[in-house]
Amino acid sequence: MGLFELAFYSFAAIILISALGVVLSRKMMYSAFSLLFTFFGVAGMYVLLNADFIAVTQLMVYVGGILVLIIFGVMLTQKITGVDIKDGSVGKLSFAVGGIMSAFIAVFFTMMYMNVDWFLKDAPITDSTITQIGKSLLTEYLLAFEVAAVLLLVAFIGAALIARRESN
Amino acid sequence: MKPETLLLLSMIIILMPLLSFTVIIFSQKRLGQAGGVVGSIFQGLTLLLTIVVSFTKLTTYADAGMIQQTIEWFSIGNKSIQLGLGIDNLAAIMLVVVNLISFLVHLFSTVYMHGDKRYPRFFAYLGLFTFSMLGIVLANNFLNMYIFWELVGISSYLLIGFWYEKDSAADANKKAFITNRVGDFGFLIGILILFVNYGTLMFDQVYAQIAAGNIPYGSGAWLSAAGILIFLGAIGKSAQFPLHVWLPDAMEGPTPVSALIHAATMVAAGVYLTARIFPMLTADAMIFVAYVGGITAFLAATIAITQTDFKKVLAYSTVSQLGYMVLAIGVGAYTSGFMHLVTHAWFKACLFLASGSVIHAMHESMHHAHNHDMDPQDIRNMGGLRKTMPLTYTAFLIATLAISGVPLTSGFMSKDGILAGTLAFAELSGHWLLPLAGFGAAGMTAFYMFRLAINAFHGEAKTDIAKHTKENNWRIVGPLLLLATLSISVFYAWNPFNAGDGWFHDRVKAPRTVVPAEFQFDFMMPLEAEHGEAVMAHGEEAHSEHAEVADAHQGEEAHGGHHAATKFEEQMHHAHYPAMIASLLIAGGGILFGFAFYQFKVFNADNLANLIKPAYKLSYNKWYIDEVYQASVIDGTINLGRVLSWFDLKVVDGVVHAAAWIINKASLAVSFFDKYVVDGMVNLSATATGFFGAMFRKVQTGKVQAYLAFTIIAFMIILFIVF
Amino acid sequence: MGIGLEHFLIVSGLLFALGIFGIITRKNAIMVLMGLELILNSANLNFIAFARYGGLNIEGHIAAIFVIILAAAEVAVALAIVLNIYQNYKHINVDEINKLKE
Repeated sequence: MGLFELAFYSFAAIILISALGVVLSRKMMYSAFSLLFTFFGVAGMYVLLNADFIAVTQLMVYVGGILVLIIFGVMLTQKITGVDIKDGSVGKLSFAVGGIMSAFIAVFFTMMYMNVDWFLKDAPITDSTITQIGKSLLTEYLLAFEVAAVLLLVAFIGAALIARRESN
Repeated sequence: MKPETLLLLSMIIILMPLLSFTVIIFSQKRLGQAGGVVGSIFQGLTLLLTIVVSFTKLTTYADAGMIQQTIEWFSIGNKSIQLGLGIDNLAAIMLVVVNLISFLVHLFSTVYMHGDKRYPRFFAYLGLFTFSMLGIVLANNFLNMYIFWELVGISSYLLIGFWYEKDSAADANKKAFITNRVGDFGFLIGILILFVNYGTLMFDQVYAQIAAGNIPYGSGAWLSAAGILIFLGAIGKSAQFPLHVWLPDAMEGPTPVSALIHAATMVAAGVYLTARIFPMLTADAMIFVAYVGGITAFLAATIAITQTDFKKVLAYSTVSQLGYMVLAIGVGAYTSGFMHLVTHAWFKACLFLASGSVIHAMHESMHHAHNHDMDPQDIRNMGGLRKTMPLTYTAFLIATLAISGVPLTSGFMSKDGILAGTLAFAELSGHWLLPLAGFGAAGMTAFYMFRLAINAFHGEAKTDIAKHTKENNWRIVGPLLLLATLSISVFYAWNPFNAGDGWFHDRVKAPRTVVPAEFQFDFMMPLEAEHGEAVMAHGEEAHSEHAEVADAHQGEEAHGGHHAATKFEEQMHHAHYPAMIASLLIAGGGILFGFAFYQFKVFNADNLANLIKPAYKLSYNKWYIDEVYQASVIDGTINLGRVLSWFDLKVVDGVVHAAAWIINKASLAVSFFDKYVVDGMVNLSATATGFFGAMFRKVQTGKVQAYLAFTIIAFMIILFIVF
Repeated sequence: MGIGLEHFLIVSGLLFALGIFGIITRKNAIMVLMGLELILNSANLNFIAFARYGGLNIEGHIAAIFVIILAAAEVAVALAIVLNIYQNYKHINVDEINKLKE
């Protein structure tokens, strides 16, 4: 087993185990921290796929931004940190339904991915994708890029407005 | 200085007053009483620039014709609308007139309007007015002129109605505006006739096309009509009969405004326009113009004799003098007419500012005496002001002499030229009424002006108020004296008996008529046969968009001295001395009668008035023209309105009511149908929708997870079906 | 056997299934959001995998970037809404927020 395979399986294991942790943990804080590992694992996968820029972005945005935001959310909506969220919770019925469905999806996807005869074409190996991404973003996808910027601005202003405490 | 520089400076000259307007109007509160200073500084700078530009134009480029620059504004189809700036000798002189008087009025107003609650706004309006007037002066096409023409209309509206709390002022500005509209409408139609036929509104291009024999719709009548219609604009603006009624009422504005607008500049715009269209006036149009001018001059002079309001007398004398100018242009004495415009601007502005000075002094005096009921403008309340206000009196006297046409004054030279022109015209064409009106008006002018001067300034003070008047300060008197000085003849020609030798006649030559010979008096046609090519050359050059020196042929002819270019000019030269002697006699007679009646009381004016009571009444009531308008136009409009309202109430409303009744009945039937059939169907569908809604509502749990689960179940079902 | 496209896809598929499971079973809104993040990550993983092996090249990367941008915006707004709901209801259980239903 080469280094690549080793790395792949390690990352896959990290992703799946931590994702299981996210969905099964009874404490939200644990879920959040598990999510951290999932994100790390996915970032590792990106590295294996020669997507250095995306990997770094994944770390910065997901780990540095989104996750912190989620943890804030968890803490702000709990009266005492660490107390188990009474999710009232995972009722037996929904647990069963969810389990069946996700098992079905998992099996279906696995079967499909294994059996489809994929069109394969290796991407040229380059030192870094940043140059290409930069060029594409500022030429072909410039409009989308600008719109995305506006979208972010609008989203953050909107978020600030919604989260604002009503002053009575 | 290059022609381009000249144009650039002209551009700045136009824009400066606009800047003044903008600056003052947007900072009225902040400026307060400093608004006058700001306005005066802007106008002073404009004046300095004007002097530079005009001096250069009149010396270096005196023979250069019109220096102009044109840009395309926009185009409709293949016709392009152009904006342009052009400066010729006419415009250069006019620039000085407008800007100098505007500056003096600014200066005068800083005292006269002092303490007014809208003080800065007054100066803003003055700036706007000056801007619009300069636009007219520097326009090189009809459209520009029309735009600024309307701007002058609106700014005069604002200024006349400056004290809009007074009903009379509010009425006066409406009257001025509406009366002007009548004339402007004709102006617009005239412009449109030219535009439809020539596709351009540039003066030089239009004239070049006319000269090339291309006349509107191929008929001389249309060309005459175009000229007369455009002249209608001048009738309105220059207060010619029968649209002169607004000008005396416009005296409701502050007196500096009267001096600026109603004496020197705005009313001059009409004459200026007539001068601009002079080349395209046909014989018929010229006769029309001349008669309008002659009637106006005579009529207004008769009215002015009996008026008692200081400013009303001056207003009617303005109307009369404007009639002179129009008459002059109508008979072809172009140069004298324009010269009279300039000289009249000086002495009439002087007279108005002097009246302002007197009224101001009377006001102050009334203020001190705590008397607020007297009319400070009525000459019957004045008298003896010569002693209390010597400087104002001096200025007023010089201006009075000038307007009466006494030798050594500017008025003598210009009026003499006009009278010579009318005589020559009468000899050549047989229209003897024109010189008659001219001479008659000249005599009356001398008479009523001295009546005014003697009543106001000589003799004993008729009231205590008049006795206690005081001379005003230098900012009022200074402009007066300067304007009075400009009324002396040496500024126009060294020889006071022959204006033809002066620089003025050398710089301002009557342009050659471009009208085809069959529609023009033969004595107006050039004696040499070179006319055709010269104008052609002029037209070709004018197409370039760059600043250029067109019209060069005028310069060559300009050095001809008294080698008259047309038979008319020759005749005018011959008529010069007879006209001078006649006018001297008549003016002298008028002055003599003035003194006899009012100073030495040889005759009693009241007795005479009683003796010819109908004539007196006619004059005192301004020939009942306002009443005629009231009875015909205004009451006519109101009665037409009544008839229409009756028609509306009875006939139209009847039809409407009948229709309403029918519709009402029909709608009852429809409502029945609506209630049972349509509503039934609507209710049925509503019930059905409600039923299904209740059914599907069970599924809509509002739980996101449930929706997701449903989605996935659906996905699974689809998969099972497909595979 | 070497690691190929299928391996990455399978990992992504499993991640997706777990995300769905999280969304369906949990009632807490923040937990639902976390499930959503898992799903977005699995989609991104697919994009990048196809970029590497499926000839999608740089376009795949661009798509992934936009997905990340979208996720950031979505989380910000969603959490703001969650906070607002918490202020009003003192809980954030998605199945009990049903005022609009009545």
